[in-house]
Amino acid sequence: MVLSLSKDTVQVLKEQDVVFLKNRVKEVAVKIKMGLVNQTRLLTAASELVRNMMRYANGGVCQIEVVSSGRNNGVRLIFTDKGPGIPDITAAMRDGFSTGKSLGLGLPGTKRLVNEFDIKSKVGEGTTVTIIKWANG
Amino acid sequence: MSLKTHQLLQKKKKNILELWMKNQLADEGLREDLISNDELRSQSEELVDALVSNLSSQNFTDLNSDEWSPVIEILGGIAITRARQGFSPRETGNFVFSLKEALLEVLQQEIVNDPQHLFSESLKINRLMDNLSVVTFETFIKGREEVILRQTDEIAEISTPVIRVWDGILALPIIGTLDSARTQIVMENLLQEIVETGSSIAILDISGVPAVDSLVAQHLIKTVSATRLMGAECIISGIRPEIAQTVVHLGIDLSNIITKATLASALSHSFKLMKLEVRKSTPIAKF
Repeated sequence: MVLSLSKDTVQVLKEQDVVFLKNRVKEVAVKIKMGLVNQTRLLTAASELVRNMMRYANGGVCQIEVVSSGRNNGVRLIFTDKGPGIPDITAAMRDGFSTGKSLGLGLPGTKRLVNEFDIKSKVGEGTTVTIIKWANG
Repeated sequence: MSLKTHQLLQKKKKNILELWMKNQLADEGLREDLISNDELRSQSEELVDALVSNLSSQNFTDLNSDEWSPVIEILGGIAITRARQGFSPRETGNFVFSLKEALLEVLQQEIVNDPQHLFSESLKINRLMDNLSVVTFETFIKGREEVILRQTDEIAEISTPVIRVWDGILALPIIGTLDSARTQIVMENLLQEIVETGSSIAILDISGVPAVDSLVAQHLIKTVSATRLMGAECIISGIRPEIAQTVVHLGIDLSNIITKATLASALSHSFKLMKLEVRKSTPIAKF
């Protein structure tokens, strides 16, 4: 059972918002006493997802939540965009697959960096990616 | 038949200016430290001139009409100079609002027996002047935004210095997030400097980069490839433990690139590549 303790939404529309979002995520991670390595992993994951959002969907919204499950605290990030959507999620989750000339490690790499990863996408409607990183996990 | 309002105001131009100046000088918020009274007067005169001479019965409420562009231009100019002189937006706004008061006062003196007419005309003037004060705010904000943009450019420029740490060895400390635009600047500066100094080794130090995601890694790989094409070797230093772990998890392959944990070890590696040796000097024996 995952309980949400606090919620905060950040709009990401332009390049400057990316830095702002990362700072907010970092603040939250520091607040729940996440270790430095996990902090960096969470930040990198957030960075990957927000870059995807900027690049393919021209921005979107990120919800930052502090969640708790038993004695474990963590950060949940929900990235929602109204972009073109991903036609083939299985392919997008494969290492080295990219429709946009990048390394193709963003989504699969992000999955490896966080504890829980969920992606939902509908072509023409948008994509929602939810990740959870536990403070010590 | 009484005069139309705009004709009335044109006739009373002198009065309006005098009244406005009186109001401004009497105001507590007068900033004699920022602007001299003469200058204030000439500014005010210019604005009243432009405002009154461009008034016509049709354009009273339509600020988009072309006839207003000289007024908006003058007002914009005033707002920008005032912003530079250190006026607060409120003070610049008050500058326009006090003109409105002067206009209304003149109107009140002239239209005596017809409250309804006075009200409707006041309303028009109100609307017009409110619009103009919004213009000052817009210009003020635009001026500020320009300052911010200029600073952004300056930061981008100074934040990517190329340092000559040794004859033939360049170091490039990167601080902050690497995005496409910055990578472009970094690459340009680095390649240019390699040509100019004839260096054979470049060290990219990423100690100041908070997180390395796949895009940053891709940019780094591109920079290294470009440096190699120029015939120089590129070493990436400043890889912190948490960054190393993240890069591994992401699955980024940096094995083709020479990477070091610290700038010092990158430097000593370059010495080795250049077959240089750093030794403690032995004291010269005295006889």
